[in-house]
Amino acid sequence: MSDHAEHAEHAHHHHGKPDFWTHYVFSQDHKMISKQFLITAIIMGFVGMGLSMLFRLQLGWPGESFKVLELLLGDWAKDGVLDPNMYLALVTIHGTILVFMVLTGGLTGTFANLLIPLQIGARDMASGFLNMLSYWFFLASSVIMVASLFIETGPASAGWTVYPPLSALPEAIPGSGLGMTLWLVSIALFIVSSLLGGLNYIVTIVNLRTKGMSMGRLPLTMWAILITAILGVLSFPVLLSAALLLIFDRSFGTSFYLSDIFIGGQALEHTGGSPILYEHLFWFLGHPEVYIILLPALGISSEIISTNARKPIFGYKAMVGSMLAIAFLSFIVWGHHMFLTGMNPFLGSVFTFTTLLVAIPSAVKVFNYLTTLWKGNIVYTPAMLFAIGLVSTFVTGGLTGIILGDSALDINVHDTYFVVAHFHIVMGASAIFGMFAGVYHWFPKMFGKMMNKKLGYAHFWLTVISVYGVFFPMHFIGLAGVPRRYYSNEAFPLFESLQDINVSISLFALLGSVAQFMFAFNFFYSIFRGTKASKNPWRSNALEWTTEINPGHGNWEGPIPTVYRWAYDYSKPGAQEDFIPQNVPLQPGEEEFH
Amino acid sequence: MINLLIALVIILAILVVAKVIRVFELSTELKGDNPAEITAADNKTQATIFVIAVLSWLAFVVYGVVAWGPLMLPESASVHGDDIDKLMNLTWWIISPMFFLCHLLLAYFGYKYYYRKENTATFFAHSTKLELIWTTVPTIVLTSLIVYGLSVWNEVTSLEPDDSIEIELYAKQFDWTARYAGSDNVLGKSGYRLITSENPLGVSMEDAASSDDKIVRGELHLPVGKSVVFKFHSRDVLHSAYMPHFRLQMNCVPGMTTQFHMVPKTTTKEMREITGNPEFNYLLLCNKICGAAHYNMQMDIIVESEEDYAAWLADKKTFADSMVPTEETVPVVVAEVSVEGDAAANVEGNTQVEKKEAPASH
Repeated sequence: MSDHAEHAEHAHHHHGKPDFWTHYVFSQDHKMISKQFLITAIIMGFVGMGLSMLFRLQLGWPGESFKVLELLLGDWAKDGVLDPNMYLALVTIHGTILVFMVLTGGLTGTFANLLIPLQIGARDMASGFLNMLSYWFFLASSVIMVASLFIETGPASAGWTVYPPLSALPEAIPGSGLGMTLWLVSIALFIVSSLLGGLNYIVTIVNLRTKGMSMGRLPLTMWAILITAILGVLSFPVLLSAALLLIFDRSFGTSFYLSDIFIGGQALEHTGGSPILYEHLFWFLGHPEVYIILLPALGISSEIISTNARKPIFGYKAMVGSMLAIAFLSFIVWGHHMFLTGMNPFLGSVFTFTTLLVAIPSAVKVFNYLTTLWKGNIVYTPAMLFAIGLVSTFVTGGLTGIILGDSALDINVHDTYFVVAHFHIVMGASAIFGMFAGVYHWFPKMFGKMMNKKLGYAHFWLTVISVYGVFFPMHFIGLAGVPRRYYSNEAFPLFESLQDINVSISLFALLGSVAQFMFAFNFFYSIFRGTKASKNPWRSNALEWTTEINPGHGNWEGPIPTVYRWAYDYSKPGAQEDFIPQNVPLQPGEEEFH
Repeated sequence: MINLLIALVIILAILVVAKVIRVFELSTELKGDNPAEITAADNKTQATIFVIAVLSWLAFVVYGVVAWGPLMLPESASVHGDDIDKLMNLTWWIISPMFFLCHLLLAYFGYKYYYRKENTATFFAHSTKLELIWTTVPTIVLTSLIVYGLSVWNEVTSLEPDDSIEIELYAKQFDWTARYAGSDNVLGKSGYRLITSENPLGVSMEDAASSDDKIVRGELHLPVGKSVVFKFHSRDVLHSAYMPHFRLQMNCVPGMTTQFHMVPKTTTKEMREITGNPEFNYLLLCNKICGAAHYNMQMDIIVESEEDYAAWLADKKTFADSMVPTEETVPVVVAEVSVEGDAAANVEGNTQVEKKEAPASH
């Protein structure tokens, strides 16, 4: 006994005391890294949301003077009126931060890191060191992106897709100077982070599953994260190459994307390139990216809906199959962003065909969610509300995708507010709902405390009201022919009648952002002052709830549990309780379901 | 000072809220409740709010269609636009019922099955039959939509008829210029290296076909009922020519010519009657982010009878007659939009440089 203690003591000394730096900062523990990702993402989320508030002021009340704009933006909002260049910069950085830092890095970084080892039964990720690097590259990327807001010529302003030549020529827009360089550096670092993380996730899920955890018994969150990671590893390198070639064009005089340009009073020397090449490379990542954002949210919601409906997820295999189908299709649909680039119309037909096929696995998912709720016994936790909210936004936004994916219909709604409405609902809201659901659900696992349910309820209802209040009317603005990324519609008498809608959108946006402060308050308050969590507060089957309330480095104090069943044995006939955790052996005569 | 006060008030407000919540939590804990545990009352309340919320959402959708529907684009002003609108309507008729069905089911299940201690959920994890139904039905519906959609797309993107009028549209930051072929019905060659301030499209003076070309800014005139094929060019960044009333859009890509053809079927005059708006004008908008004044890169389109169109075109100077664009060359954007800051300087800079360089090129 004393020998053992001595040995432990020795080991302890050998590794050095887990001081502040190794525990909180340069941590290699997946749970701490997950918290780092989450808190960084929350901060970035607030930055991104704040930027949208600034441009919503301009869109709701164009040309009016707002002291707050001048206070925050200085010369970019002289006399409180937003500068058109700054408007484009705000739109660009809002999109970039939300798409990459919050919904890719934040969502996957948080839940892949937290859940992979805990749900598959592993002590940690395959490589703790790569995992730590993945966070630090992510942080550096976020810091650079935010820093680019403060430079004299302004941040990147060519839209989040940064199409050249606009993004390549500082003569075309001031944001394409240093701001664009910082954007490219930030995204390059982000891609490194994403690849380090993704490889680690794949290796860990494939190799480190505990005894009995066959692929067919993995919780759907794990399937979602595995498929997401594969998508990322296959597509992000293409974005990196697109960014590198853009850097060459900008800084070293190459002509990958540039040709036949007359600007600033002279003809440029670039010949032979094509901006269309950039668009192909960008969207080869860009479309899988949509699912990189969405799939983890779908996985999280499957897990939460099943747990709280106290009912097995309906059609486990179909859920996995539909995610695989969506992932596969996501690689052959990128051209639907480019129907109107002058691409061969036949190619447009092919992309229409593949794009509309995505609706089939999506429909399967929606009906499976609905059937899971049918004859359930639904516990309304805040997480459950967000997960059901995701089903609603996924339906609402998904259906308009059938319009946008149809090349003939895309002609008149392409790049209008209709698109803005569509992707904010189907991708933005669904993914952020999935993320909130995840935070409310796994907060007890992360911090050993519970979040306040009343604030959670209020947060959900205000958020869902503002999401639809903001984005539903945008469909109409788009159908009226208003292009996106317009600083103001005042130059068009035809659009005058739409201004009232814009005012109400801005008001709903304001409401939505106030609601997010309730979340932030609840989150940080509960970390310190929340009531103590019990070991399995949601009475869930998954393996993460078999650890101590505050699991240490290594997750389980004793041996790693063995798994005997799938994660969805809820309300199984013949069982005492309405849930049977995965580590409970099959009873004599009990049949394993799936 | 005021800012400091505001900050102080905000911090105080947060502290007060924190304290109130703490007091509230302590009092519920004293009563024996857990502020995180979901009670029977919670489930009932949330389920009730849920069903009300879903129904309000559906009501909001109906309200939107009724209140904002009339603000949408009027009927198509081009022939192919009618086909697109038909496809659009059919698509709406397919997706709207799905939208309402899914939400009504959500509301119904969400309320009917909220948690009661005495209830047990049904262990129903799989049904090949059901899954087969909702795989095959969407497959059939989508296949028909794809087939119909592609037939419209093939029609819209088919080659233009031989007797089409060819019009070139040149985009640059931040205006549009059109070039019509003159009496020879052939457009002369052009190239970006030939651009000067007097020859903003870079039309080749050596090409004989150029001399009768007509360069037009400010207004784009089209004859009703004739096939028109647009050839799009850009000399700086990506732009997109968007004519929403004609259901027409195509990107303008530097280094490449893109095209779209259509037959305008409603004159401006007729459309003014249809919309009841005597000021109505068809629009050409830029729909690809292109810089500071992107939001005001526009041109009016006038659709008129063939005779009026011919008279209007005859009135324009030929390229040979004047190396200066026609009278309508009012500085379209820069003057109207008071763009402050670098971009304005930039845009003005461009024109100044062009003017300075002009003599050298002669």
